[in-house]
Amino acid sequence: MHDAGKSNVIVEGAMRTPGLDAAFKRAAQVVEVDIRSRRQSAMPLEPRGGHAAWDEASGRVTLTCSVQMPHMLRTGLADALGMPEADLRVIAPDVGGGFGQKMQLFPEYIVLVWLARRLRRRLAWIEDRHENFLAAAHARDQRYAVRAAFDADARLLAIDADIRCNVGAYSCYPTTCGVEPLMAMAELPGPYDFREYAVLARGVATNTCMMAPYRGVSRPVLTFTMERLMDTAAKRFGIDPVEIRRRNLIRKFPYTSASGLVYDEGSYLQTLEAAAKAIDVAAFRREQQQARKQGRYLGLGFSSFSERSGYGSRAFAARKMDIVPGYETVEMAMDPSGYVVARIGASPHGQGLRTTLAQIIADGLGLSPERIRIVHGDTDQTPYGWGTFASRSLVISGGACKLAAEALGKRIAAIASGMLEASAADIELVEGQARVKGTDKAIDIARIARIAYQQSNRVEGVPGLRESATYDPDGTFSNATHAAIVEVDIATGGVAIRRFVVAEDAGILVNPMIVDGQVHGGVAQGIANALYEEIKYDEQGNLLTTSLADYLPPTAAEVPEIEIHHFETLSDATITKAKGVGEGGAIGAPAAVVNAIVDALSPFGVEFFEMPVTPRRIRQKLREVDA
Amino acid sequence: MSEPIAFTLKVNGKDYAIRAPARRNLADALREDCGLTGTHLGCEHGVCGACTVLVDGKPVRACLMFAVQAQGQEVRTVEGLAEVTDAGDVLHPLQQAFWEHHGLQCGFCTPGFLMLAAGVLEAEPDISDDELKHVLSSNLCRCTGYQNILKAVRAAAAEMKKRAK
Ligand code: FES
Ligand code: FES
Repeated sequence: MHDAGKSNVIVEGAMRTPGLDAAFKRAAQVVEVDIRSRRQSAMPLEPRGGHAAWDEASGRVTLTCSVQMPHMLRTGLADALGMPEADLRVIAPDVGGGFGQKMQLFPEYIVLVWLARRLRRRLAWIEDRHENFLAAAHARDQRYAVRAAFDADARLLAIDADIRCNVGAYSCYPTTCGVEPLMAMAELPGPYDFREYAVLARGVATNTCMMAPYRGVSRPVLTFTMERLMDTAAKRFGIDPVEIRRRNLIRKFPYTSASGLVYDEGSYLQTLEAAAKAIDVAAFRREQQQARKQGRYLGLGFSSFSERSGYGSRAFAARKMDIVPGYETVEMAMDPSGYVVARIGASPHGQGLRTTLAQIIADGLGLSPERIRIVHGDTDQTPYGWGTFASRSLVISGGACKLAAEALGKRIAAIASGMLEASAADIELVEGQARVKGTDKAIDIARIARIAYQQSNRVEGVPGLRESATYDPDGTFSNATHAAIVEVDIATGGVAIRRFVVAEDAGILVNPMIVDGQVHGGVAQGIANALYEEIKYDEQGNLLTTSLADYLPPTAAEVPEIEIHHFETLSDATITKAKGVGEGGAIGAPAAVVNAIVDALSPFGVEFFEMPVTPRRIRQKLREVDA
Repeated sequence: MSEPIAFTLKVNGKDYAIRAPARRNLADALREDCGLTGTHLGCEHGVCGACTVLVDGKPVRACLMFAVQAQGQEVRTVEGLAEVTDAGDVLHPLQQAFWEHHGLQCGFCTPGFLMLAAGVLEAEPDISDDELKHVLSSNLCRCTGYQNILKAVRAAAAEMKKRAK
């Protein structure tokens, strides 16, 4: 592909624990799976686009665009164009979804800003759906060849994996072409407890569209791999899919995985049991038997996984990237009227962050959330930050908000202590007031704010109420089990999902409705991954799926009702005790759905190790067994 | 080929004088000529439904209709959904329900879903749940998995029926 490179393998990672061979030698069973995931698009409903405006008076360009990482984009653009960052303002207003696709520095934005400066005018670029499919970024074009050693009790001893990711023609910025293969290498062990691990993970350049992160990055496919492996092994041992997971899930915390990641406390076993209980496996098996007598094929599939989330710069630095994202900063000020403005570097585009961060700040300051304004998505208005991706914003930006609110609260309490003649430690902030604990002596916080600005002679330190805080955690692991019941029409190969259960644990739920919304949307994208969506090229490299008539995201008719059961493990890995939840739905759903299809078709003995499992692929397998 | 022609569009009860090529579609005319950017374009080929508006009360994909074809008809967009009162805008029951039930995340599909649902519920207040789901499956949302959109539309349907009594 590239003259400079000797091979098309442009990124490679490998590791091997010393006891691997011995583990395979003492294995009672060695189970192999060869997994293929077809290429997908994140397909935000709003395609990419931007408007670049030259300002004659200041010589600055303002780029208003549909992106997830405004600060990073500004840096990338300034570097590419050899211009000072101060001459560029990037605004990402209400962005119509991103899911990873909009966190790249795309060449189109470079051209747009270059043209605005050169022509000294304003101009816009708005892509259409066709261009979005052709050029925006793809993902999930991966293969996993895995050998697994199990002992006689069906306990996993070792994994030996060969992972290949088609990363397209170029490397994405800033996360690079390593994002899929290197994440797959580190996180393949998932929620399972085993000690010996060997992996070779390669990113292969091809003449296709660039790969970039898409919700879950490699985890939907690595979870698909591990969960197909578990079901295949369960069959080999003649045990139930729930039982094999029960025997292998992580139980002790903190847990260091075979690849060296440290997992904080979670509820791996509990979510599995909860999902199995919600389904009522025994009752389902009876129904399945009955249905088969009538020529109807029902199946049940499980998928357990961990979701590494909210990780900061130390985790990114371990990937040896040039650009190391991670921290988030918030600048918070209470104005003289007692309202709070928090400027954040994260950049929400549908995650409801304005609501949840306002809740965290309101809790910290004893104010109602209506008095909190969150400002985001404008490099002139917000501190440098990394935007919104990787299930990080509520954890990291939320942590920064909590720290800044605490600092601001201390200053308010200090002022109040002078006025109320009480020690600052005895002051609590509740219901808009600073109150001496256990008394009715209180003063309105708004009054304190006024004094902080307008009677600064009464206040120690700098006038006004302003604090900033940065949070850069090591990360946390959310976890969940998904369970799906499907019905397969053997005549058409059509799959209908009859039930979908999610038992998930993302720590404290700051806003349950928003968490549920994230799970719903993720599951829908995971169902798409399992059944419908596939980017296709012809042999000449022409894209065949160029419209929403060829590439098939699910509609309300295909997505079933999603039942959610919450667990709230309170780990010390984050200061809010919240874990990330943005990607989990997309990570768990594909494996649950495909495992359910395989279960439904078990009378025919067909297996699926490739997704999406389209009607054509189902019919093909059924024809093969017929023949 | 594309000599501009002059015509009038009636949108949300207001007349807009348009001068545009005959091939200008309704969505572009609404956004660019009328300045009503609430109508969104997710595909421009009639699949996603983000551009749905009401033309004489019926849901229409504005990307598939020429603006000039809407001449002499009443066009209703998301900007015309809330009720304008002296005390400020009062959200339409659908808008209120989308808010209360978290029926939107990024909000890009929302105007299309609101107008689709408004058209359907105004024409068929007694529509069954299954039929409603079927109708709503003509629009795409990438964020919500449709769960809360369905909840919101069902809640709004009940509220609209209550008010009609
Ligand atoms: S923009 Fe009209 S249907 Fe998609
Ligand atoms: S809310 Fe984002 S596309 Fe529907």
